[in-house]
Amino acid sequence: MEMVQNHDPNTPLEYQSETGRLNILGFWVFLGAEIALFGTLFATYFALMYRTGNGPTPGELFEIKGVMIETFLLLTSSFTCGIAVHEMRRHNKKGLMIWMIITLLLGLGFIGFEVSEFISYVHEGATLKTSAFWSGLFVLVGTHGAHVSVGILWVSAVLIQVARRGLVPATAKKVFITSLYWHFLDVVWIFIFTGVYLTRMVISHG
Amino acid sequence: MASHSESRFPWKHLVGFIFSIVLTLIALWVGLYSGFSTKMIITFIVILAILQAIIQLFMFMHVTESENGKWQTGTMLYAAFIAVAIVAGTIWVMSFGMGYMDHKDMKDMKGHDKMEMKHDDSGNMDNMDMN
Repeated sequence: MEMVQNHDPNTPLEYQSETGRLNILGFWVFLGAEIALFGTLFATYFALMYRTGNGPTPGELFEIKGVMIETFLLLTSSFTCGIAVHEMRRHNKKGLMIWMIITLLLGLGFIGFEVSEFISYVHEGATLKTSAFWSGLFVLVGTHGAHVSVGILWVSAVLIQVARRGLVPATAKKVFITSLYWHFLDVVWIFIFTGVYLTRMVISHG
Repeated sequence: MASHSESRFPWKHLVGFIFSIVLTLIALWVGLYSGFSTKMIITFIVILAILQAIIQLFMFMHVTESENGKWQTGTMLYAAFIAVAIVAGTIWVMSFGMGYMDHKDMKDMKGHDKMEMKHDDSGNMDNMDMN
């Protein structure tokens, strides 16, 4: 058990224990490392951007419609995740559960669209080993997709704990940390949307 | 310490959500329909993406909240610096002398490659073909 602190009742649950505060700070440090990881993958992608070899070019295969659907699904899921934490801070366990489950469904929708996008690339003859460009793309976008998948499993596990143990400082801290993770994935996707898909379409058009 | 200032209705989240949707639509319009020069479009959409990241950090992630707010903000600034250094540094180094994103220069470069092929038989030059 954690030491009981004398705190002001207005302090959100997740910050009430020393462990909670340190875990949240530690998670921010982890997100800093994740930014460096994705920065490296973006750098690789940009360096290999024109190395399509004899394979298909992204201009032939990228489709704005699917990418926009993925973007709006993820943006909306980030919003519903924020609402879930807002409900948690009002000590509304049911509200937290409902909004988090909506978030998970939106996340699953995102993964569904991404998987079908990847499958269609492979059908068109663009696989991980087709060219340096496609390697860079699959690794960057795939790493993000893997993060979202892990996020779905992680949030589900935390929700089960909340359902069993209720809203206490220990579970609130976990919900808050998973929400940071989820918003972070949305930030990364915005840069993938901008730097990978939109930029490429601008170059193909121009 | 973060005071419990959340009101009943999550205005901050709603405003953040509307902003992120609007910024995405502006980026889409600028990217596909504005007809600006490629360099200008890319500069503009990257600025929009950074704005969106800032909205997520402040409206949704409450980055400045808690007694550790300064450390959290500092970590994010440091990480952003690392990311910019890696990405910009890589593009700069890898595109050195290649006229990145400039098709005129690329043609010149192809001619340049042929000249170099005479001296260099490494066979890597085929891969240099852009597009």
